[in-house]
Amino acid sequence: MSNLDNLYREIIMEHYKNPRNKGLLADDRYKTIRIKNPSCGDDITIQTLVEEGIVKDVRQIATGCSISVASASVLSEIMIGKPLKEALDLAENFLNMVSNKAFDESLDLEEAEVFNGVKQFPARIKCASIAWVAFKDTLKKE
Amino acid sequence: MNDKIFKDFPQIKSDYIYFDTAATSLKPQSVIDAVNMYNQELSANIHRGMYDNSVRTTSLYEEAREIVAKFINAGVDEVVFTRGTTSSLNLVAFSYGLNHLDENSEIIISEQEHHSQFLPWQEVAKKTSAKLKFIELDKSGKITVEAFKKVLNKNTKVVAINYVSNVLGYINPIKEITRLAHEIGAIVVLDAAQAIQHITIDVLDLDVDFLAFSGHKMLGPTGVGILYGKELYLENLEPFEFGGDMNEDVEKTLSTWKSYPQKFEAGTMPIAGVLGLAEAVKYLENLGLKNIENYTKKLYDYFFKELSKIKGIKIYNPNSDTGIITFNLDNVPAHDAISYYAEKNIALRSGQHCAKLIHDYLGIHSSLRVSVYFYNRIEEVNKFLEVTKEAIDYFQKIGF
Repeated sequence: MSNLDNLYREIIMEHYKNPRNKGLLADDRYKTIRIKNPSCGDDITIQTLVEEGIVKDVRQIATGCSISVASASVLSEIMIGKPLKEALDLAENFLNMVSNKAFDESLDLEEAEVFNGVKQFPARIKCASIAWVAFKDTLKKE
Repeated sequence: MNDKIFKDFPQIKSDYIYFDTAATSLKPQSVIDAVNMYNQELSANIHRGMYDNSVRTTSLYEEAREIVAKFINAGVDEVVFTRGTTSSLNLVAFSYGLNHLDENSEIIISEQEHHSQFLPWQEVAKKTSAKLKFIELDKSGKITVEAFKKVLNKNTKVVAINYVSNVLGYINPIKEITRLAHEIGAIVVLDAAQAIQHITIDVLDLDVDFLAFSGHKMLGPTGVGILYGKELYLENLEPFEFGGDMNEDVEKTLSTWKSYPQKFEAGTMPIAGVLGLAEAVKYLENLGLKNIENYTKKLYDYFFKELSKIKGIKIYNPNSDTGIITFNLDNVPAHDAISYYAEKNIALRSGQHCAKLIHDYLGIHSSLRVSVYFYNRIEEVNKFLEVTKEAIDYFQKIGF
């Protein structure tokens, strides 16, 4: 068993190969943020639709490593239907978790918990984080 | 290379493989000692104090200039200390470019360029409305004299290219390019950051007008670099930074500058770095660049031949000139692959290596890069080949 197995969990590989909510919409109601990581070539765009305080929809498109692509996919899946405040708390919690900072373990990160192993690989924290930072930024645009 | 050489580099450990010299080289003990000596024994500023340590530091600093000048066959006043290749190229772009270019001017550049060469000239082009003209690379990514001729014309004012690409490792035909550029009166600004540690550079023979390199890629410390400029240009060039030590006379209304190279060295310079760089040059001269080139070439040839045999790999720069192999594992993004090597304590580079345009040219988002040098060994290459095969199997197994 390789140490890397903590990083490349089955769920991550599954999302990497079959990303959910993939493809952007040309719909003015969506807020869009694109983040590129110039050092590694990751390029991630997140779109959110928030109505009546609820994240109604998340769309994403990601090119890059498996961790960044899977992370965008998992994010899109768990955020749809969440109240705004909860969505922000979850994103904050996820970012703390992957960067090995204190985080609230009582909050249910659902499938995103598989990224728990990222903290053992400091060089990969950014890969896991980009989509979540972009997501938070779309909400700030509200 | 004999075993003694490996002992000169305290960073070399039996369970660690360093294949990232193109990012920064390892540092020999003599360089470390020079840096430490400055901090422990001298710690004085240059050109200012009248006390012993300052006088001694100044003389070591100016000796370092002579050592570097001799190394590239330049006049001693043609050597400007900077903070690295990036600073050197920014200096030329902003001091020369901004003052000599206009909307009718053209700057020849290439997709091979490191961002340290490309971005300053892109900025200058934006500010002066000059045009950037890209040399069309051939199908292996090389710059040819023929392709250069196609973009050269009477409007060309600056040719800003690299001697050796940090991604492909090919040596560009600079001498011929410079001759042609000079025929129409354009200047050549050469980024030699990836050349200086591999091949003998003679600025008189090359005849380039400006040449930039960093200390830390040639066994020296970080934070120090060189700008060589022909006297004629340095004399007329305005300083890029203004401040202490570079001025001759300061008045409320108008101040004047020292002569070159001092007018380009504003503020307290990286003195420890300069003294370390002098030791790095001595180390390279002792070993002999020709010996380094021969050893590195042999190691590279073996590395390339064996790596090419492995199924599941794509190499983007076959037959590189300077020990650089840029590649990817099939279906595995570079940032995933790099984690496997990191787990095995092997240092190589992944990403875009500060050269996005060449990745666009190759049609890829990112790549892995190994770069070997004279302190690498065949055993390390063999270990790398073994780990690469394991990595391919591992990533296939988990579903890439």
